[in-house]
Order: sequence, then structure tokens, then C-alpha cells
Amino acid sequence: MGKILDSRFGKKIIFLLLTFVIVQILISTNIINDYLQATLATICINIILAVSLNLITGFTGQFSLGHAGFMAIGAYVAAIMTIKIPTFTSFILGTFLGAIAAAIVGFLVGLPTLRLRGDYLAIATLGMAEIIRVIFLNLEVTNGAAGLSGIPRFVNWPWLFVFTTGIVLLINNFLKSSHGRACIAIREDEIAAEAMGINTTKYKVLAFVIGAFSAGIAGALYASYFYFIKPNLFGFLKSIDILVIVVLGGLGSISGSILAAILLALVSTYFQSFPEIRMVLYGLILIIIMIFRPQGLLGSKEISLSTFNKLGKFFVFERGRK
Amino acid sequence: MNIKKYSIIFALIFVVLIFASCSQTTSKNNDVIKIGVNYELSGDVATYGQSSVEGIELAVEQINKAGGINGKQIVLIKYDNKSEPSEATTLASKLMTKDKVVAVLGPATSGAFKATIPVAIQNKIPVISGSATADDVTVDKNGVKEYAFRICFNDSYQGTAMAKFALNHLSKKKAVIIMDSSSDYSKGLAENFAKTFQEGGGTIVAREAYVKNDTDFNAILTSIKNKDFDVIFIPGYYNEAGLIIKQARGQGINVPILGADGFDSPVLLELAGANALNNVYFSNHYSSLDKSPVVVQFIKDFKAKYNKEPDAFNALGYDLAKFVANAISRAEKIDGESVKKALESTTDFKGVTGTFSIDKNHNPVKDIIVIELKNGVQHSAIKVSR
Repeated sequence: MGKILDSRFGKKIIFLLLTFVIVQILISTNIINDYLQATLATICINIILAVSLNLITGFTGQFSLGHAGFMAIGAYVAAIMTIKIPTFTSFILGTFLGAIAAAIVGFLVGLPTLRLRGDYLAIATLGMAEIIRVIFLNLEVTNGAAGLSGIPRFVNWPWLFVFTTGIVLLINNFLKSSHGRACIAIREDEIAAEAMGINTTKYKVLAFVIGAFSAGIAGALYASYFYFIKPNLFGFLKSIDILVIVVLGGLGSISGSILAAILLALVSTYFQSFPEIRMVLYGLILIIIMIFRPQGLLGSKEISLSTFNKLGKFFVFERGRK
Repeated sequence: MNIKKYSIIFALIFVVLIFASCSQTTSKNNDVIKIGVNYELSGDVATYGQSSVEGIELAVEQINKAGGINGKQIVLIKYDNKSEPSEATTLASKLMTKDKVVAVLGPATSGAFKATIPVAIQNKIPVISGSATADDVTVDKNGVKEYAFRICFNDSYQGTAMAKFALNHLSKKKAVIIMDSSSDYSKGLAENFAKTFQEGGGTIVAREAYVKNDTDFNAILTSIKNKDFDVIFIPGYYNEAGLIIKQARGQGINVPILGADGFDSPVLLELAGANALNNVYFSNHYSSLDKSPVVVQFIKDFKAKYNKEPDAFNALGYDLAKFVANAISRAEKIDGESVKKALESTTDFKGVTGTFSIDKNHNPVKDIIVIELKNGVQHSAIKVSR
């Protein structure tokens, strides 16, 4: 047992469990009240979105502006499922169906468009997201522009935690596998990667589909937590919001995306007391960070437990059992 | 031991981050009544939110000057929901659980308002909107939403009222509808207009549709030009309506044009031009032409504070704050449940936007005002009752 706990895997598990339990205790003692829970939900949803977009844009180097479209698919499928049958099983089923639907759309769209590069891909994905939005705007079952209201809330902290860590671990492990390294090789130099025998289209589509799947889950969590969705929520600006988190955290850094998602949510929460100038301050912070850290908060570096190990040693002055 | 130590350090950082965001303490002051203001101060529909808040602040200032509610001053706690429904939900729960308000005013738009209703039901604190006009805001197929109220008429009522106005006041029988197919507001109005108009003996000669941000309507207008009709109904917003009116008059279509509260903006005049805005009628919540003493006093006070003419959102915001204050003054206790009961039992509240009572669906029963434009300016205001 001790050996397992001593390993890196064990440390990760302990860290995750501790985070979960501490937040859960704070929620049950109402120190994290309803309002802060909503901020927590925003953070978790943004983490999923940013990490999954980072996989596509930061690691595979494909500039996608269509993330809000995938989010919309997940949100609508889960919302319609839970409104029709308001049970927990239908929520879980709706979440996965939504994510799978998003992944299928991602596959169908990705297959032809990922042969494009750079700006062309950005425009093609932007167009796709707009098509998805307009389809939802005109369907009967999605209630058009008025949107769906009264979506039952099934998402709580345990589920946010499970989905967020699940997606982050999935993408993190994907990137550490040979598939992930192939994706990074494509980002670095597509022609060289192809010359090394990497099937570039296959890996680009794979990254795109995983990204779409995760965004679908984020959309489902959003719909279920915030009771209400309408097509306008998933417009161009939503895709840009996600991109801002990714670029701010650092293209090619999972922990950077997580950090940026938390930071932006906290900044936004802090400034609520100054309603008139809130968005001005928010924009100002983005500008300042981008001037002084053009590569993003973390660049392409990662914060991991071993970083904290070093920090810990520095602070605690303790050699431990070495 | 090391592992645990580091894990704890980690977790602590996480907790501190969360704590940091809730460090502001709320004062426990029982001598004031806290009302939440959850409006769109930035984003897409910021003009609606800002205008409403101006009205609300004027009303609260007056109430506090006159001694408050039963001796207690009103304190407004104001947040910006960025025109985003999820932000509106978050802020509603902040106002109810952290700031402990007794009622939340806003948001202005139906979507954002609907997003706050589940929070209201959960916390048993009423939410009241001055301008959420969608039909299903306060009532849906599951019945009335207990803690949601509004003080404006709904979309279907506007459509119905304009159909009656066309039939009875203008004596028109053949209508063309030009609607915005990307807006639910527009669709709802068109549907109800058509229904009432046909029931009243009229016929709908043609239905045409455009989408938001269109600028050239000549194709639509040419196709209807040679048909036999005597009135046009445009249930849309001023951006497109202004251009439609201009192009219609340019093509020599001089029949009366009807619209709804989406016409109420100075932009309509800028886009259509004064010459085109003749024989144009639209329904609205309030008109500055109204000569009743409440309205005259309101316009005077508003001009004194903000140095401009009040618009419908200003008037609705003003009424909203006074209406809620009125309910709180009648409530048995100062809590969400009692205020909700007092809101439900409101009868004959005299506001700037008309005298109204709250019906069993939490909607106001009030007259609609139809404004006639002549050379681009409001010429007369006609009250059309239910």
C-alpha cells in the first residue's frame, strides 16, 4: 500500500481525493454557498472547454473557432433528454449521447476540413459552428430563439469533479501516448511528421473528435447547471471566450488552461462589486497579461506535482526520507 | 509523510483561492430593506438594462427621501449580468444567498429572466421583471411559476391588441405581415395578430419573413406591392423595421404600418427618416404624451435627474421599483414569502405605465398604448383596453 501511495500515481490520487473532499466539506458546511458553487461550476466547465480546445489548437496546432458549436450539441441533447425524462439516468445518458453526437459531427466536419491549414480551417470551423447554431435556432424541438428553460439540475460538485478530472486525465494521458506525440509532431512540422510516417489526417481528426466529445460534455454540464440555454449563447463570441482562456494559459499547456480558467472566473467574480467598470477591468487584465506574458501564463510548460515537490522542499526545509 | 504534507499544501492553496473570492462580509443591518438589481449593464442588450436601472434608481431615491418603507430605507444591491443568462443565474443566487435580499428586480430580457426563476423557487425569494414579455415567462404548461412576476404585458397580448386596433380603430380588413423569422418575439406577435385579425373578420393577404440584420427588403416589398391589402404589420425591432418602412414608402406603399414595442427607439427615426414615418402606429408600455398627473410628474423628475426624456424602459424600471416597494410595505414580514404574497394581492397599482392589478398568472392586467407617428414624432397616444 505504502509503495503505491509513494508512487506518482498514488500522489495524484491523494491530491485529487483531498481536493474533492475538502471542497465537499466546505459545501456541506455552506462556506461555499450556492453562489460560489455557481462560480465553481463555471470554472469546471471552462476547464473542460479550454483543455479540450488546447488539445486541438495548442497541441495539434489546428486553429479551430468552432468549439461553441460542439458545446451547443452537447447542451441541447442533454437538455432535451432531461426535460423529456427528468431522471438522473437520463441526464447521464443525455450527457454521453450529447458528447457522442458532438464527436460524430466533429468527425464528419473534421474529415474534409482538417485537410485545410491555418486560416482556412479557422473559417471552416467558424462556419460549422454558425450552421449548428442556426439549425438549433430553427428547430421546433429546441424551441427556436427563445431557448429551452426549466432544465432540471442534476449537476452538483461530485459530478462536476468527476467529469472535469476525467476529461483532463483523458486528454493528459492521450498526449503522453504515442498518439499524443504524433499530434505534437504535426504541430511542430506537418511535412516532417508526414515524412516520419505519421498519418497526419488521422491524428488531426482524432484530436478534433476528442476535443468535440469533451466540449459536448461541457455543454451538457452547462445546460444542466444553469437551467436555461438558447442558441445565441453558443455564438462566435463563446468560441472566442474559450480561445482567450487557452491563449492566456499558454498554447500547449494543460495546467496553463486550468490555471487561466480559474483565474478568469475569479477575476470576473471579484469585479462584480463594480458593475459599471467590470468588463473594462477584465479587458485591461487580459491586455496587461498579454503584454508581459505574450506566450501565456505558463507558455508550453506544465505545473505538476513534482513542481510542487520542489516548491515544498524549498519552503519546508525538510529532506524527508531521501 | 512527505506526500501528505504536499497534498495538504496544495489543497490549502485551492481553498484559499476560493475563500479569497468570498472575503467581502455582508453587514447585518436590520434597519434597511435590501433589494437586488440583476440587470444587463454590459453586453448585447445593455441599453435595456441601463435604462431600467435609471428608472429604478430614481424611484428608490424618491421613496427613501419620503421616509422609506415603513421607516426603513431601501438599499439597492446592483450587479451586471453581462447580458448572459448563466451570469444572471449566478448573480440571482448571490443576491439571494449572500446579500440576503427580499426581492430581485430584473433581468430585462425574457431569456435571462427565465434563467433566474429556478433560483427564486429554490430560495423562496420573488423575482420581478419590468420588461420580460415572452408568453411563457410567468406561466408554462406546468402552471404558474410561483416566485416569478412581471409588470409588462406579454407578446401575445400585444399582437392581439394591434389586430383589434387595426380592425376597430383603423377599420382595415386586409393585412400583410412582415416578420423576423429569427426572433421568437416576432413570431409570437405575428401568430397572435393573425389569429385575432382573422377572428375579427380580416384576412391575411401575405406573410413575408426576413432575418435579423437584413438591410435590403425591396424583394419582399416588390412581391407584395401588387397585392390587394390595406395595412402592414411588422412585428420586429427598430433596426430592420426602420429600413422596411423607408423602402416601403420609397416604393409608393402608403398604407398604415403597424408595429409593437420593438419600434420604440430613436434609431427608428434615424433609419426611416421623418418623411416616411407617417401613418405608422406601434403599441407601447408608456407614452410621454400621456397627460395624467403621475406621468407628468415622472417626466419632470426624470428630466431633473438625468437631463433627458424618459423612454419606455425608464418608465418600466420606475414602475417596477415602486410596485415592489408598494408590495413590501403591505407585506406582513420582510421576507421573500410574505413579499410574494403581497405582490400577488396587488390591485389597482397606479403606475406611470398604467394602473394595473396582478392576475392569477402573475401578469399585470393593464391597458396597452398605441402611439401614432406623424413626421417621425409621436403625435397621439390611444389607449386600447383588453
